[in-house]
Amino acid sequence: MNKILALYLLCCICIFQSNALTRVDITKSHASPLPIAMADFKGPVSIFSNIHKIVKSDLESTGLFRMISKDAYIENPSIDTIPTFQSWRQLNSTILLVGKIEKVDSYYRICFKIWDVFSQKEIANQEYKKVLPGNLRKVSHAIADEVYQKLTGEKPYFNTKISYVSLKKNKDQSESRNIAMMDQDGFNHRYLTNDKDIVITPRFSPNAQSLLYLSYKNGLDPHVYTLNTKTKVSRLLGDFSGMSYSPRYIDGLNVLLAVSKKGVSNIYRLNMKNMEKKQMTSCSSICTSPSVSPDKKQIVFNSDMGGSRQIYVMNTDGKDMERISFNEGQYSSPLWSPRGDLIAFTKMLPGKGFFIGVMRPDGSRERLITRGWLVDSVSWAPNGRVLMFEKEKGPGKGKYIYTIDITGHNEKRLKTPGQASDPSWSRNFE
Amino acid sequence: MLRLLFCFALLFSLVGCSGTSSQGSKHLHSHPLPANFDQEAENYVLFKVNSAQISEEGIQKLERQVKWLKRYRYINIIIAGHCDERGTREFNLALGSKRANIVKYYLVASGISDSRISTVSYGKERPVVLGSTPKIWAQNRRSVIILN
Repeated sequence: MNKILALYLLCCICIFQSNALTRVDITKSHASPLPIAMADFKGPVSIFSNIHKIVKSDLESTGLFRMISKDAYIENPSIDTIPTFQSWRQLNSTILLVGKIEKVDSYYRICFKIWDVFSQKEIANQEYKKVLPGNLRKVSHAIADEVYQKLTGEKPYFNTKISYVSLKKNKDQSESRNIAMMDQDGFNHRYLTNDKDIVITPRFSPNAQSLLYLSYKNGLDPHVYTLNTKTKVSRLLGDFSGMSYSPRYIDGLNVLLAVSKKGVSNIYRLNMKNMEKKQMTSCSSICTSPSVSPDKKQIVFNSDMGGSRQIYVMNTDGKDMERISFNEGQYSSPLWSPRGDLIAFTKMLPGKGFFIGVMRPDGSRERLITRGWLVDSVSWAPNGRVLMFEKEKGPGKGKYIYTIDITGHNEKRLKTPGQASDPSWSRNFE
Repeated sequence: MLRLLFCFALLFSLVGCSGTSSQGSKHLHSHPLPANFDQEAENYVLFKVNSAQISEEGIQKLERQVKWLKRYRYINIIIAGHCDERGTREFNLALGSKRANIVKYYLVASGISDSRISTVSYGKERPVVLGSTPKIWAQNRRSVIILN
């Protein structure tokens, strides 16, 4: 275990020539980010300046790239000419982005190319024909996505959304919580609820058009509700007696959730169209926090059925249940990676604090990624390379959301207007 | 919640009256009011870390609560299960539910009617005492009986 950790931590950036193209291997952690260059796009300066800012911010936020300062550029090639690769090589730039912006009526037409400076090959050539001014931010993210995808070989995630619980201390020291939503870089922030009651655990549907969350707003027991992210209309999900909580989408139609009756928690599957429900576990104690594998064949969940909090896996039909966590400490909040290769979790180690870790679905290769006085509520980037979680650095220091690369590098606090918990990262690749 | 507060406020004003009127005082003795629940029985039991088992001390408290609840048969209760902040959100909701229900089982087994008791779990979302010391965490691992 230690050896594996050491290997991960000691490995330096690995740039390899695959098909003679520059690639960054992000399965290894990195010592220094890859230098890249973006020449001025021909066209309106202010529009380009915004695009440049967003592309730079997206790519640098990964910790994998560094945008070389424009002051160092020797030439400013247009999209229609072949750049002088030698001059870009001198700057150590691995790729060069060139492009143009044209105003056509009320739209913009944006074209760009990515050159591999070392192989001198064009690795991307894209055109966005009718871009409304309101969609320039989206297109900027798409340009950054293209660079990320071409250089890492991984699915990009810059056009995704984050939902979370925003925490506010009122004047009378009480706390109000509301569900908020924003772009992954913190822009377009808006509140979706305005409840007086406790709300927790918002979770995006696969298309990010709706959320599942828990609220105490009706009756005594809290229940799971659906929330339309556009209309902000919320609706009680199902008719479970007792407490329904811990929801996760399986797909657009089916959800998993936990239901607690008389103090006993079990996992249920609910079809949202015909409201058919099926009990998946028959625990006599606590079975909760279900999450489905991306191939929809297995479910990972949390249970204390063996006496301590551990992680279990079972088939989607409820059969072949087995415990997969066996190391020291108590495990909670498991979440299957969208790639299927890993399960993220929270671990409590007595005297040492809280940790976010990952393990393979068979329980092998457990690796602790980060720690804190309190960390929990892990969520995956849609490409399974980055984790998002809530963290309290110490007693009374407040809850905030952080992201971290699964290599354990590049831990960063997400920009939110105030304290924040319960992050959910959308799946969609717009 | 507001109704509950209002109820307490009303009772408080009645108790206030009892000092000045001997008739009122008599009335209070023949139909004692729920306000004395906390003093006579204490309205909570505490739990160990990760546990929903009732301790010896807890049983003594519950016995006093049972006695009290048998005297005032017209009163319904809500049992709220709480956890300390040193846990994960979803598991603690389940644990809070377990803590509320174990108290309910005890009361029902002791002869209190099932229909008088509702339960709710607040997990770690609504700690009774604010702060972050082991003493405070111990105070927050509780089931509280609220007169309904």
